[in-house]
Amino acid sequence: MVETQLRFRDDEPAGDPAVTVDSFGEQTNASAVRIEPGDDARVLLPHLDRIRLVEVNFPVFGDGRGYSAARILREAGYAGELRAVGDVLIDQLAFLRRCGFDSFAPEHPLNAADAEAALARYPEVYSPTVDGRPAIWAKRHGLA
Amino acid sequence: MYKYDSYDQAMVDARVAEFRDQVRRRLDGSLAEEQFRPLRLMNGLYLQLHAYMLRVAVPYGTLNSAQMTMLGDIADKYDRGYGHFTTRQNIQYNWIKLEEAPDILADLAKVEMHAIQTSGNCIRNTTSDQYAGAIADEVVDPRPYAELIRQWSTFHPEFSFLPRKFKMAVIASDTDRAAMRLHDIGIQIVRNDAGELGAAFYVGGGMGRTPMIAPCINAFVPIDQMITYSEACLRVYNRHGRRDNKYKARIKILVHELGKDEYTRQVEAEFAHLLTQNIEPPLAELERIKAQFADPPFEIALDETVDRSDPDFAVWLDNNVQVHKAPGYAIVTISLKPVGGIPGDASADQIRLMARLAKRYSFDELRVTHAQNIVLPHVRKADLHAVWQQLDEAGLGTPNLDKIGDIIACPGLDYCSLANARSIPVAQKISERFAGREQEIGELKLKISGCINACGHHHAGHIGILGVDRKGVENYQLLLGGSEGADTSLGTITGPGFNEEGIVDAVEKATSVYLANRQDGERFLDTYRRIGMAPFKDAIYAKDAV
Ligand code: HEM
Ligand code: SF4
Repeated sequence: MVETQLRFRDDEPAGDPAVTVDSFGEQTNASAVRIEPGDDARVLLPHLDRIRLVEVNFPVFGDGRGYSAARILREAGYAGELRAVGDVLIDQLAFLRRCGFDSFAPEHPLNAADAEAALARYPEVYSPTVDGRPAIWAKRHGLA
Repeated sequence: MYKYDSYDQAMVDARVAEFRDQVRRRLDGSLAEEQFRPLRLMNGLYLQLHAYMLRVAVPYGTLNSAQMTMLGDIADKYDRGYGHFTTRQNIQYNWIKLEEAPDILADLAKVEMHAIQTSGNCIRNTTSDQYAGAIADEVVDPRPYAELIRQWSTFHPEFSFLPRKFKMAVIASDTDRAAMRLHDIGIQIVRNDAGELGAAFYVGGGMGRTPMIAPCINAFVPIDQMITYSEACLRVYNRHGRRDNKYKARIKILVHELGKDEYTRQVEAEFAHLLTQNIEPPLAELERIKAQFADPPFEIALDETVDRSDPDFAVWLDNNVQVHKAPGYAIVTISLKPVGGIPGDASADQIRLMARLAKRYSFDELRVTHAQNIVLPHVRKADLHAVWQQLDEAGLGTPNLDKIGDIIACPGLDYCSLANARSIPVAQKISERFAGREQEIGELKLKISGCINACGHHHAGHIGILGVDRKGVENYQLLLGGSEGADTSLGTITGPGFNEEGIVDAVEKATSVYLANRQDGERFLDTYRRIGMAPFKDAIYAKDAV
């Protein structure tokens, strides 16, 4: 298993191996699931209370479906760990964070200093997402 | 015009720093080209046949004179003294060095400009009506809505790795001057019977190898839900757009394959959900932006008369000047299509001259048009002659707006690595062939693409020319009957293709058929629509030439 390089949570990582979305439906005791780009994240919504870890796989970084999957889960109130795995690169980290990912297990380890710089690059954001950061418009109008 | 506040400025400044860092990592080898590619593309940097090309965003085509001057200075400092204005209201430089690209972005940031998302599979620069704020037929000025979209789409975390590029256009008139229905999302700002503003959404248009005209999926989205609705359109596309084949990856294919009704149903369901997420900027934000697009202080009781005694000036007036909404003012279009020139090209000196004229005569504003020309939107009628004289001296006075010489052409094989054929020399030959006859032929929109990607809008030309590769030889197909705007239609191929000389002759024959058949007041397109393809085909492929 690829190591989790960055984690922005304080709780204990889930121990169970992640199962596929298909087998998750059958294995009623599974608490970790792995989403592939073609999977519909919404099928997990009825089961969020028993999920502790969702891994979202990025086989190639240019396939952006995982960003929507992550946001959909967070918008539905999922509060467990959301881990980006696979072709996870420095310059996608900030976008991934904003879509609700809170841990990262890149296939190839990232340069830690570059990763930190990339995550801190933009002081403000134009659009609100699920990360709780107020949008620039909210600051402009005293709504944040 | 929109003015950056400290937030906007901080965003572009951070972008410059980020790109500098990315270029550093590329040059020291820690970023592979394959990983760097999408990053440089999101900053508008393409690797072309001979050099890097940089595409700079001109949001909704609006510039002030300081920005325009900077564009001229960049052409001098980092390119070979030229800039190329594009059909997406942007400007491109064709001879850029990778090491210098971060410095160019830093220069741009000094005048509130950038190259963010001018390329890549993300939401591109939003385009608009080049006459926005100056024309009488608009419901409102569409640019504040486009600016709202610019901010929303900038670094959108969910939509930066879409199946394919994504282009949006916003208009607010029934007369469509922005080819709105040939965009991934076209928005028309409308007013309903109750007097409220809303956004009509047209989704799934585009050119390329499978041209499609966008259907309307919602005729009235309340204006304070426009961003949320856009987000819903994009999310359905990001999740379900095809990623197996890049030629089928545009949203038009998704809308087509699902059917408009099913796509709309999915968007509406996503929209209902997203409305609970509070992602829409408040109306106060729209008001803040709108205030910056308020009319300039037009003078009142100005003289309406224009002295037409200079015949050359009169021809230019009749071609390149439109009616303005304010009495005493006019809209001037500067043609970047001199006879035999490269469509859309301007020298650094010409760019700076246009900037000076804008400052002196047009309340410091210019526009780039999708037909690759420049507009001075607010010129006093009393100043028209002075403006024309200065333009004419600089080679910018060609009186051919919407005439056969006002050709849209893509870079083609002279610059583009995807090209099958050259576009620029064909444009030059056609414009030379018809020099002096443009007025007689009247309105005729001719558009040339060097390959099926259709960057030159050939599908939407009254006459379209498409470069194809025939057994390793450059070959050109001819299309007739395309149009963009309120009467959008796609052109039809006449038949077998031509070589470079042959295509110019074929265009000549097509115009002869038109001239022989036109009835009072008909444009080329009208005659074509009335008499159909057959007479044109007969003449074009007749053994003995006309
Ligand atoms: C020289 C480098 C260029 C390259 C490599 C390039 C590449 C492409 C490609 C591959 C497409 C097809 C996309 C698709 O259908 O999915 C396309 C479409 C298009 N490009 Fe370009 N292009 C270039 C320059 C330009 C220029 C200079 C302009 C503006 C004058 C332009 C404007 C457009 C437009 C309007 C479309 C069609 C509209 C649509 O997206 O459906 N491109 N381009
Ligand atoms: S139409 Fe083809 S040749 Fe012309 S710029 Fe686009 S990709 Fe290049």
